[in-house]
Amino acid sequence: MEIFGYPAQAVLSQLVIGLVNGSFYAMLSLGLAIIFGLLNVINLSHGALYMLGAFATWMGLDYLGLSYWAMLILAPLIVGLIGVVIEKTMLRWLYKLDHLYGLLLMIGLASFLEGLLQSFYGASGVSYSAPDALNGAADLGFMVLPVYQAWVVAVSLVVCFATWYAIERTRLGSYLRAGTENPRLVEAFGINVPRLITLTYAFGVGLAGLAGVLAAPTVQVSPQMGSNLIVVVFAVVVIGGLSSIVGAIVTGLVLGVAEALVSLFYPQASATVVFVIMAIVLVLRPAGLFGKER
Amino acid sequence: MRFGAFCCAAITVLSAGWSIQASAQISGDAVKIGFLTDISGTYADNDGQGGVEAIKMAIADFGGTVNGKKIELLYADHLNKVDVANNKAHEWFDQDGLDMMIGGANSSVGLALAKLSAEKKKPFMAVTAATARLTNEDCTPYTVAYAYDTISVSRGTGGAIVDQGGKTWFFITADYAFGTSLQDETAKVVQAKGGKVLGSVRHPVGASPNFSSLVLQAQASKAQILGLATSGGDLINAVKTANQFGVNKTMHLAAILTHITEINSLGLNLTQGMYLTDSWYWDQDDESRAWSKRFFAIVHRMPTAMQAADYSATLTYLKAVKALDSDDGDKVMAYMKTHPIDDLFTKHGTIRPDGRMVHDMYLRQVKTPAESKYPWDYYKTIRTIPGDQAFNTKAESQCKLWK
Repeated sequence: MEIFGYPAQAVLSQLVIGLVNGSFYAMLSLGLAIIFGLLNVINLSHGALYMLGAFATWMGLDYLGLSYWAMLILAPLIVGLIGVVIEKTMLRWLYKLDHLYGLLLMIGLASFLEGLLQSFYGASGVSYSAPDALNGAADLGFMVLPVYQAWVVAVSLVVCFATWYAIERTRLGSYLRAGTENPRLVEAFGINVPRLITLTYAFGVGLAGLAGVLAAPTVQVSPQMGSNLIVVVFAVVVIGGLSSIVGAIVTGLVLGVAEALVSLFYPQASATVVFVIMAIVLVLRPAGLFGKER
Repeated sequence: MRFGAFCCAAITVLSAGWSIQASAQISGDAVKIGFLTDISGTYADNDGQGGVEAIKMAIADFGGTVNGKKIELLYADHLNKVDVANNKAHEWFDQDGLDMMIGGANSSVGLALAKLSAEKKKPFMAVTAATARLTNEDCTPYTVAYAYDTISVSRGTGGAIVDQGGKTWFFITADYAFGTSLQDETAKVVQAKGGKVLGSVRHPVGASPNFSSLVLQAQASKAQILGLATSGGDLINAVKTANQFGVNKTMHLAAILTHITEINSLGLNLTQGMYLTDSWYWDQDDESRAWSKRFFAIVHRMPTAMQAADYSATLTYLKAVKALDSDDGDKVMAYMKTHPIDDLFTKHGTIRPDGRMVHDMYLRQVKTPAESKYPWDYYKTIRTIPGDQAFNTKAESQCKLWK
């Protein structure tokens, strides 16, 4: 059976890979969308923090002998903690200023973190393997899917859903949404808005850290791993609508699939297809697919 | 007063005249060597900052001066962008009086620098840029391809694998000059030995996450060998992804061009048994071991063959300048092409009219974890490939200067 001239097996297997990559994009862009949507901060250090999550995982094993499972909980917490420090010491002074200052700070931070790790570990990076329980592959008939990739999809989708639920359906989430729309009023109700903002930023980067843990066994853990990814993730967020949580998740998945399918038909374009889509979406719907005009 | 001023002026003019005459042969006030490579990107460990240190070691070992003139090193990160490299090189040649350029990683940059150096009539030692075009279609009287090229590594690694029974190949290739060159050369070797190329797919350089799509296509092709015509961080990711998908169980991985830093990053578990061809290994003899120990103290990593070649290329150039007491491009090139090289990197290297530095290459295999006895003990040498067999011959050459 053929689809567009390619064997169905090939197309189906690329679809599955696309979903795997897409769920990864979804989780990363979720953190970014939260930080922009709720805090109005263009977090260009997201990639560097994702990289820190991956390195923390490796360091946990190499220096402290901590397993992957332990680092799955610890690494996002560590990255979140770093996020708290960043927010409290540097970011909070920039909220009242133009977006551009926050952008500059984040770019500088990303460069600093990448340079720091590169000076210790080199550009080739370090190697990290998946835990034994997640090794191996399942034969799905039309393709062989590594167990670990299935695990990544599962975790990403659960986390994305849980985050969406927390922000859209719980009281804490409503405080958050209200706090960024009208901080004075919310503070008048006795809610500690600055603390809420700090925790939101920490949560957003914690998501990046979690993505880093998930990525560590699959890609090379190198200082550049974040900067390779961050541009695509930003495109995903822009397409989905800068502040839309649902937009980030759905777009992440769709673009992952698009990238995988294009790599079957014309691999040289697989890196650019995301930006072509972004250009088209921005022309037709400037606020993004799920975004609202501000 | 006026007489005094006149005397001062006279003395200045006379002494300037004298100094110009004394160093009429070496231009400017120093011998300037330039080095452009990828210091922060995907190829940064192939030579990168380590290459800079190797060149500094060469300058220091030479004594820091040549015939009374200081030796200066100018280096910069070209970010894998040809326009950045070109701008920097122009600035160095035109404003800083650059005398010689050493080319680091990235074949596109290498080709651009070769062209520019030829215009400026200055020697260009291409070390890490691997494309064989530098000594074929794009050869110039000023280019020396010093260390390796896509032809020698394909013949070595490709040939060895086909001899072992790996007849059908599928390539994952870096989508630029280096990748396509490596794929083409390996395909030639495979086909000449009766093998077949079942397909290939190209990846954008640095596009790490998407290897799963490409590896899947490789698996579907049912070829025996997965040829990886790529390098640096991309190669590492491709090998990791291939292992994840269990491709290493159904196909053999052939990382045609490999640097020891890539093996180090992946670890022996993922790379054991892989064949590779290189020009030098830190553990190959006592002189190499001693030099590598000094290198390790500075860079904290064992040197790649490229970094040893950077060291050797610098010394070869400086020896020529010293012997001629001149840094004139034409004279230095003529000298280097008529004097053999005997140093750390190779005991009998010669530079051919097409710019190719011919020396022995070595077919090596990555050790298993059990065979590796100490850190960085990664390779066993299978055989030596003599220079005249490793590189292309005059009959095969596409270089107009060597007919």
